[in-house]
Amino acid sequence: MTTTSPTTYDSLHEHHVDAPTIPLGRIVRVELRKMFDTRSGFWLMASLVILGVVATIGTILFAPDDELTHNTFAAAIGFPMTVVLPIIAILAITGEWSQRTGLTTFTLVPDRRQVLLAKIVSSVVVGIGAMLVALVVGVAGNVVGTAITGTDRVWDLSVAQFGTIVIGSLLCLLTGTMLGMVIRNSAGALVTYFVLTLVLPTVFGILAASQPDFVDIRPWVDAELARSFLFDGPPQGEQWGQVAATAGLWLVLPALLGLRAVLRSEVK
Amino acid sequence: MITIDSLTKKYGRTTVVDGVSLVARPGRVTGFLGPNGAGKSTTMRMVVGLTKPTSGSSTVAGRPFHDLPNPGRDIGVMLDASAQHAGRSGREILTIVQQMLGLPGRRVDEMLDLVSLTRAEADRRVGNYSLGMRQRLGIATALIGNPGVLMLDEPANGLDPAGIRWMRDLLRDFADRGGTVLLSSHLLREVEVIADDIVMIGHGRVVCEGSKADLVRSVGTVARADDTATLRRALHAAGIDTTVSDEGGVTTTAEPAHVGRVAFTAGIALTELRTADGGLEDMFLELTADTQREDTSPKKLHRERAAA
Repeated sequence: MTTTSPTTYDSLHEHHVDAPTIPLGRIVRVELRKMFDTRSGFWLMASLVILGVVATIGTILFAPDDELTHNTFAAAIGFPMTVVLPIIAILAITGEWSQRTGLTTFTLVPDRRQVLLAKIVSSVVVGIGAMLVALVVGVAGNVVGTAITGTDRVWDLSVAQFGTIVIGSLLCLLTGTMLGMVIRNSAGALVTYFVLTLVLPTVFGILAASQPDFVDIRPWVDAELARSFLFDGPPQGEQWGQVAATAGLWLVLPALLGLRAVLRSEVK
Repeated sequence: MITIDSLTKKYGRTTVVDGVSLVARPGRVTGFLGPNGAGKSTTMRMVVGLTKPTSGSSTVAGRPFHDLPNPGRDIGVMLDASAQHAGRSGREILTIVQQMLGLPGRRVDEMLDLVSLTRAEADRRVGNYSLGMRQRLGIATALIGNPGVLMLDEPANGLDPAGIRWMRDLLRDFADRGGTVLLSSHLLREVEVIADDIVMIGHGRVVCEGSKADLVRSVGTVARADDTATLRRALHAAGIDTTVSDEGGVTTTAEPAHVGRVAFTAGIALTELRTADGGLEDMFLELTADTQREDTSPKKLHRERAAA
């Protein structure tokens, strides 16, 4: 580095009166870029595709021949998605605090709701994109897998079913977003996510086993159980209500608290 | 222009910033000087809305910060050069800001040239940058929107002497072309060489402010003559109190011109006549003496609170 005299900037003007506000679309584009532009971000995205392919190969190798159906492939690929997508959503939020980039981000866009909205939109875009990739990989797996084993191709994944799988995955993803907002620390939010998805359902299971009264209540409070209705085929009647109730309890309510915290918290 | 009007920040019963008011004017470099933990950073964070003030207000270019449609075009801010994702390259960090502000892509290269970061350096991850390189990148980020106002927290930290000189020239040039610069420092020397106006802060309060010229003038004079005793007698006769330093210099609180005239009238040849050395430093140490001993307490409190 050498010292040079500054010459390359234009004359100064105090007031950019006509400077337009930053449109939301531009913030979304930048937030999307920020999800891919670090090594960890890149590999997280790449892992979505890699895990999808690994799951497909695994299904071909290990699933019984009569279960080599499109639905099986979709389920096998969907599972890693529900693990990785929330991590992506969590890091998109918590990075601003854990990596302290919020100092720049929230200074360039002082309206933090705009930044959060852009992060949610870009996370959902990535989520839907990942689901479409999974669909394509699943189709390819089903075609190649049944060709290898010589079994009949079974296209048993309906549009409605794919739709509910997408909704279920997005609920997982948005749970990550919510935890990012509430906790604002990468490690803490990741640990909490796995407590919510692994430990809590186990506790509910034990509770249901020991308290017969709880069996009927469980689908209304156990978000994992309610989400499984979405992954196991279109939910029926009451199950939609249970999906909505658990999403309200475990997603919307804490997200509102998280929003409040993000808007008020000190960025340093 | 940055105007700060009695900004106050309290954490529970601790007052970190206590009614700070100041104006950073166009065409001038305003130095915000105070020991660590005096409340400089908190004040700056309040100006850009990262910390909500308990009371008081501030404006940038005549408007509250949150009313600026695209703030990066009005004010360049560097609060902490290390607050960057270690996994991004310098170029990537600049590109993010360029896109967010809606600027042409060439601004990235222009800024890299301006802060003398080479292409190879720009493509390295910021995690591998020295503090001085981060400061340069931070300056590039602040200037990329071609703002009329700059607000920099400890910009000279980590720069080598050549880098400090570069930073000083850059900020001087920025102010000379009509820009407003507010910079903070806990080092008096740094502020002394670059600032036109100085605001000293201690314990969250403004303890002293004014143009550097005024502050320097008010601290007194050192005079020297071959016959120290005769000089002192002449000054005493003119009603000027004197003290003698170890090296034989006669120190007074009078203006240099006054001392010179007295010596001339008395027929004494002065061998030295100047404003007192380190006068600002004495004032700085004196004004912030009680805060210096416990200089980390407010900041420590912050962190404990943030961790809780």
